[in-house]
Amino acid sequence: MRQLDEFHEEAGARGMSDPSEVGHARHIHPSAKEYVRIGVILVILTALEVWVSYSSLPHGLLIGILFFLAFVKFGLVVLWFMHLRFDDARYSRFFIMGFAGACILFLVVLLLFKAFAG
Amino acid sequence: MATAASVPAPRGIIRRPTATTGWLSWFTTIDHKKIGLLYGFSAFAFFIIGGLEALLIRAQLAKPDNTLLNADQYNQIFTMHGLTMIFLFVMPMSAAFFNYMIPLMIGARDVAFPRLNAFSYWVFLLGGLFLYSSWFLGGAPNGGWFGYPPNSTTDPTIGMTFYALGLIITGLASSAGAINLAVTVVNMRAPGMTLFRMPVFVWMGLVVQFLLVFALPIITVALFEMLFDRRWGTHFFDPTAGGRPLLWQNLFWLFAHPEVYILILPAFGIISEILPVFSRKPLFGYQFVVFSGIAIGFIGFGVWAHHMFAVGLGPVANTAFGITTAIIAVPTGIKIFNWMGTMYGGDIHFDTPMLMAVGAVAMFVIGGLSGVTHAVVPSDYQQTDTYYVVAHFHYVLFGGAVFGLFGGVFYWWPKIFARQLDERWGKVQFWIMLIGFNLTFGPMHILGLGGMIRREYTYPASLGLTFWNQVSTVGAYLIALSTLVFVVNAVKTQRTAKGLANEDPWDARTLEWTTSCPPPVYNFEEIPVVHSIDEFWHRKYAEDKEGRLIRVPAGASDHAAADGHGGAIHLPTPSFWPLIAAVGLPTIAYGVLYSWWLVGAGALVTVIGFMGWAMEPPVAE
Amino acid sequence: MADTTAHAAPVEHTSTGLPSTKLAMWLFLASECLLFGALITTYVLYRGASTTGPYPSEIFDIRYTSVSSFVLLASSLTMVLSLTAAEKRDFARMRLWLVATALLGMTFVGGQVYEFTSFYHEGLSLTTNLFGTTFYVLTGFHGVHVTVGILMLLSLVGMSWAGRLPDDQAFPVEMVGLYWHFVDIVWIVIFTVVYLIPQAKPAG
Ligand code: HEM
Repeated sequence: MRQLDEFHEEAGARGMSDPSEVGHARHIHPSAKEYVRIGVILVILTALEVWVSYSSLPHGLLIGILFFLAFVKFGLVVLWFMHLRFDDARYSRFFIMGFAGACILFLVVLLLFKAFAG
Repeated sequence: MATAASVPAPRGIIRRPTATTGWLSWFTTIDHKKIGLLYGFSAFAFFIIGGLEALLIRAQLAKPDNTLLNADQYNQIFTMHGLTMIFLFVMPMSAAFFNYMIPLMIGARDVAFPRLNAFSYWVFLLGGLFLYSSWFLGGAPNGGWFGYPPNSTTDPTIGMTFYALGLIITGLASSAGAINLAVTVVNMRAPGMTLFRMPVFVWMGLVVQFLLVFALPIITVALFEMLFDRRWGTHFFDPTAGGRPLLWQNLFWLFAHPEVYILILPAFGIISEILPVFSRKPLFGYQFVVFSGIAIGFIGFGVWAHHMFAVGLGPVANTAFGITTAIIAVPTGIKIFNWMGTMYGGDIHFDTPMLMAVGAVAMFVIGGLSGVTHAVVPSDYQQTDTYYVVAHFHYVLFGGAVFGLFGGVFYWWPKIFARQLDERWGKVQFWIMLIGFNLTFGPMHILGLGGMIRREYTYPASLGLTFWNQVSTVGAYLIALSTLVFVVNAVKTQRTAKGLANEDPWDARTLEWTTSCPPPVYNFEEIPVVHSIDEFWHRKYAEDKEGRLIRVPAGASDHAAADGHGGAIHLPTPSFWPLIAAVGLPTIAYGVLYSWWLVGAGALVTVIGFMGWAMEPPVAE
Repeated sequence: MADTTAHAAPVEHTSTGLPSTKLAMWLFLASECLLFGALITTYVLYRGASTTGPYPSEIFDIRYTSVSSFVLLASSLTMVLSLTAAEKRDFARMRLWLVATALLGMTFVGGQVYEFTSFYHEGLSLTTNLFGTTFYVLTGFHGVHVTVGILMLLSLVGMSWAGRLPDDQAFPVEMVGLYWHFVDIVWIVIFTVVYLIPQAKPAG
């Protein structure tokens, strides 16, 4: 318990610290060049997705690849365009809660219905 | 705000309101304290209405084969009773306390987003009025508060469309409010107010806001799907086209189980504030209380399916959910032991707030015990849809939440109104309410086991249920009497002269009592610096060598010594825009029912409201 | 501490050191995750559950929708470019990129409207079958979100142009950007789940 308290002590103390620090996080955002590079990767991945969906891969594999590609694209946008990679971890924590919640909702509801049908 | 005297000509279309007094200021206020009061008054009004509906229910059931209400009216009344009590009374009443108290308890001048706060309130109020307008526009919702399809989607009356739209609107209000309050707690604490120095009430507030943020979108989707099914003939829950009504039940309970804790945790928070103050002891096991609150929040999401044992999810799922349901009893039990530990060996003063808090704990324990029997799956098959269930959730919700909230009302009344509610009347109210409550809902256990089905508008004399039903009805009228006692007490108190002999009447422990009663608009002249849990207590008392408490002379350690900063504090200026943006939403909802033109008009009003809001600086210079 | 109120610092003074608006925005997006999570869950649950046609494979034109997807991705890029410009205090360029983003967004919504009408003419309405129901509601919800985003972008441009934004214009741009990108990632998921994953016509 004490450790936890100290941990939060520190978190609280940070709040009292120099306010000029606050603005800093902003300046480590990626450069325009890097953004364009990510954009190009996203376009390529999308093209790949479309191509894969037309291919005649086995159904399971195809779904796996498509989900993987979508996940990579999702991650690129969230980490770079939305800067979670560069920003304070507390923003990520909020978002991960929501995202994980949505995934659990998806899995559990579908599993329940399969169990129901079978 | 004295400083706003020399305003340059405002640039908006509407002149920026600046008055913080007068009747008009209630429509434009963005002061968290006034908004808290608005929430409180509105919620109490809805409590009276929901209570009157309950009295009608009990009057109808007072004798077998009664014809006071027909089946149709009965369905509408019990549905509206449930909706009102949950969405229009307990939730906003909790929001009232959170709004008023959280900034004061964490040493802040307001919530993080004052105008969003006003917006939440107006959306809630208008959503509630929208729901109630259904009585005059073709009939109130009649499918039960959990509106199971296909009945709810195929019912020919307009009621359940109002249900879907109304709950979407109030849900929106709660979401906005929840984000606002969560950020307030995370980000607006006074220096030194670490998370683990926050009062438990603030902690419970934080947990509740997170539950809301994650639970409300789920029900919103379900409600939209219902709305589309009803209004535009889609097939989400239509079995004839392959849709599955069970989807509604999953989504609904995925929301509604956390909702149960959304309803009860605020009361737990209040109880955790009251017990230490009136036992003259710090809360026993602060961290345990906090962590069990968080645990309840988490597990709350995992137990939703226990509401559906009877629909046949299969043995594995049933067992899994049976276990999680039983597990949630553990953190709840921890809390109760901590509360008892707090009182144990304390110097207990049974003032009204304390009576209410202890009553709440006791009633909640009874409700919890009958709840644990639900976790035993086979017995649930017999109890679902009987009065046993009605008894259980009223013990939890009325016993736990309503007693707890009344405790908060008595405890914080002096803080808010600078007058003290009469203690004698308060105690009279408590005892009548306690007796009435047990007379109303105790017999329902017997009725349930005796086979009385809930949501049936009447019962035949041959069942032999008449006696206990009559007891129950008498109890309900006693509850009404106790509420009347409260109203009389409140009105009489407010007629007396304002001002307290002692601004800290309960010898309290937390920061909200360091300000004057009622607090000034800016709450604290100087933002307090916090050094420990129960900061205020430690400013008042120190321990001598033998560990006895000695009172620190006033002012000696008081950091809040006034030095005239009040005038220089910049507070957000009142604004019309939140109200305007809020008015658009029910307009859209009426449009969905009646005309696309109205939808367009409502959307336009909302957009204009938000635009004006965005263009206007938070503080008029 | 006393002097924090005296000079109203441009930087909010908060317990975490993070701006409240940004925390609130992320919390809001977390909440939105569950909103779309529930909608997508509904869609997937009802895949192949329609009792009558038309079925997805008969209706979808993947190439057309791919173009829409590219457009939306491109709008995310223009959005971040506008942020970069704002951070360099090049506000004219910032507004230019914002307008570009809004135009791309409108193209996307326009494309969606066209798609909806052509599906409708091919016999798929909101009420035809479960596929129509879930498809229109899911993509419609997304479309409404894009539309709201467009409104926010345009107001941002207008306010910046009229000098009504605070001095630190990058901040509101970043906030609207977060929303905009979120809408984009939702589309990434929808595009995969709804369009790309092939769906066989149920037998019988
Ligand atoms: C004033 C005292 C109250 C009385 C006498 C009362 C009475 C009743 C009765 C008899 C029913 C069952 C109707 C039926 O199934 O046929 C009922 C349902 C219900 N009550 Fe209360 N109640 C009271 C207060 C409350 C409070 C404070 C809450 C919540 C905080 C509440 C929440 C509910 C809910 C959710 C239902 C279920 C409605 C439904 O089946 O859809 N009640 N009440």
